[in-house]
Amino acid sequence: MRPLRGAPLLTLLVLLGPVTAGLVGTLAPALGVFPALGGTRPSLAPMTALAAWPGLPGAVMLSVGVGLAATAISLVIVVLFVAGWQGTRAMAGLEQALAPLLSVPHAAAAFGLAFLIAPSGWIARALSPWATGWERPPDLLIVQDPLGLAMVAGLVVKEVPFLLLMTLAALPQVRPAQRMGVARALGYGPVTGWLKAVFPCVYAQIRLPVYAVLAYSMSVVDVAIILGPGTPPPLSVQVVRWMADPDLTLRFQAAAGAVLQLALVIGALGLWRLGEVVLGRLGRVWAEAGARRQGDGVLRLAGLGLAMLATGAVIAGLAGLGLWSVAGLWPFPEAWPEAISARSWLRHGPGLLAPGLETLWIAGAATALALALVLACLEAEHRFGLVPGARSLWLLYLPLLVPQVAFLPGLQAFALMAGVDMGRGAVILGHLVFVLPYVFLSLAAPWRAWDARHASVAAALGAGPGRVFRQVRLPMLLAPVLSAAAVGFAVSVGQYLPTLLIGGGRVQTLTTEAVALAAGGDRRAIAVTALAQTLVGMAGFALALAAPRILWANRRGLRAG
Amino acid sequence: MAGLRLEGLRITRAGVPLVALEADIAPGEVLSVMGPSGSGKSTLLSAIMGTLAPSFAMTGRVRLDGCEITRQPPEARRVGILYQEELLFPHLSVGGNLAFGLPRAVRGRSARAARVAAALAEVGLAGFADRDPATLSGGQKARVALMRMLLAEPRALLLDEPFSRLDAGLRVQVREMVFARARARGLPVLLVTHDAADAAAAGGCVVELG
Repeated sequence: MRPLRGAPLLTLLVLLGPVTAGLVGTLAPALGVFPALGGTRPSLAPMTALAAWPGLPGAVMLSVGVGLAATAISLVIVVLFVAGWQGTRAMAGLEQALAPLLSVPHAAAAFGLAFLIAPSGWIARALSPWATGWERPPDLLIVQDPLGLAMVAGLVVKEVPFLLLMTLAALPQVRPAQRMGVARALGYGPVTGWLKAVFPCVYAQIRLPVYAVLAYSMSVVDVAIILGPGTPPPLSVQVVRWMADPDLTLRFQAAAGAVLQLALVIGALGLWRLGEVVLGRLGRVWAEAGARRQGDGVLRLAGLGLAMLATGAVIAGLAGLGLWSVAGLWPFPEAWPEAISARSWLRHGPGLLAPGLETLWIAGAATALALALVLACLEAEHRFGLVPGARSLWLLYLPLLVPQVAFLPGLQAFALMAGVDMGRGAVILGHLVFVLPYVFLSLAAPWRAWDARHASVAAALGAGPGRVFRQVRLPMLLAPVLSAAAVGFAVSVGQYLPTLLIGGGRVQTLTTEAVALAAGGDRRAIAVTALAQTLVGMAGFALALAAPRILWANRRGLRAG
Repeated sequence: MAGLRLEGLRITRAGVPLVALEADIAPGEVLSVMGPSGSGKSTLLSAIMGTLAPSFAMTGRVRLDGCEITRQPPEARRVGILYQEELLFPHLSVGGNLAFGLPRAVRGRSARAARVAAALAEVGLAGFADRDPATLSGGQKARVALMRMLLAEPRALLLDEPFSRLDAGLRVQVREMVFARARARGLPVLLVTHDAADAAAAGGCVVELG
């Protein structure tokens, strides 16, 4: 009983300890304090050095611009789609595709998109030469364009499934069918009615996920390396470059940049909040003005089209990766390779075995730890009647709101000071910080929705709390437990920065390997690595779906859910 | 001193009184507690079982066969319960559900299987041990739920509107079966219901709540 009571506290420590320590460890060098590198007295030198970097204005603009644009576009697509298609077959179809789409790592999706839209990509090939007249790839900067448009697109295609999942999870609580019934009876069109009657309450529920998308999009590194501009890059990428520089004095500048990145995210979140208030006011005026239909048909089609485009881009991108991974000679502008061969897999596959095993090991350990902590927290909640407040949800989201690049360098700084060798174990703990919130968010709702009278019956039959947990609750909730584990596993597989910074470049996973190939441009190597990364992430989901079906094949009562 | 005694039982939530009951149920007798929904009937049962949510406060004592059980954990009280839904464990077979309730003192795989088979035969479900509970009819599920509870050898039985979901014909049949078996085993029974017919069929005292 005792250790279980401490579970929520331990979980909080595991989540927030690294974030807090990392922020301190970033802030100190940013203010000139880093004894290991000779910085013993506070000074503003790192900040002035950062300010003197000529690329700073461009990097800051990119960070803020890309973040706000990707978040706003993703949210608009999700809202239009759900507004127009709630409860339809199109929605059910997309819901089916959500889990596999979510498990695609950001890096793989970004590579897939790059292979589609690049001047020599699939889209250009499909249109050449008959429509474009191009016999050679045009000299256009589409991928890594200076405005970061390709990067925005790469983020949107991955954030749309995430926000869609969050919206669909929040939707039942606001009873949309009843609200829409009233709105439609009052003569409102489907989209206008949904936006006026349902959306405000849904948004209140998905606010934190939206903030997480904003913070992530502003400070992401792997997608930026693959799709973002290089000179200057978004601020977070520059921070990582400075961190990796052999000239250790650049660490001060890197820390200053990381602190600026944190400030930018806080500022952007404030700006977004302000936008919420203003739009909320305008929306109320709009709702009370009584317009029944405002372009409902067009908006409905736009929602469907954009959602299909976003999901289609990921799927087509993966297909493109698949084709490149088995392509023999494939000259431009052919739409299909001249020959199919396993050569790329045979050549690059063996080298991926070691990082593949490392990926499995780290993701497996981080997921197992996260699952144990989350189950302990939820069980403590059940046994001791704890009621988690709204604040605990904020704490859970905190690691997703603080930019990775703001606190991971600090953890590295601490390790450097303490002379600790940060190996695989530290990387696992680093991944845990990001895996745990997702596992908790996935499992909490089904766990709490379980009919607790089953526990009462089992107790009346003489079963103690431990036996009820092991023999009744866990088996009955096997499916949601495994899907939460699959989500956590996929999150870990996709992590780039924690592996890179905590591992000090010595821990190599499929993701770090794939991103490292971005600069080289060997399409076949990239395709093989990115696909391997995707397959590992998806394997978790496949297992999570299959296991309950096999174990409970003769139990109809467990298959409905 | 045998039977179920509630001595000055008072349940409050945030200082607001919810239920107060004084009762003495002899072995084989039924006390029916009636009241509209929200009158605290289910809360009363939770208090006797020991599964009261922490937001409730309880004073008074619950005695079972002379021993006070108020401070005991639910699994040690030997108070059985049947809810409106059968709540058979969906991951276990019908036999597995019964074996879950069978005390550990019955040792050996074959001895346990024999007890389960006998219990199933007693309610006309011989040969059902390997069935998936989700494939049973409503009446069959009710019988399995009853036998699962009785196999745990409770010393009192609580009934939380256990007949209200069954249709009229089945209802009389299941009700008869439950009361007959409780009487045969000499169990004090506390029935909460909002149906006067259930209370009348129980034949014991009736208390109104709320």
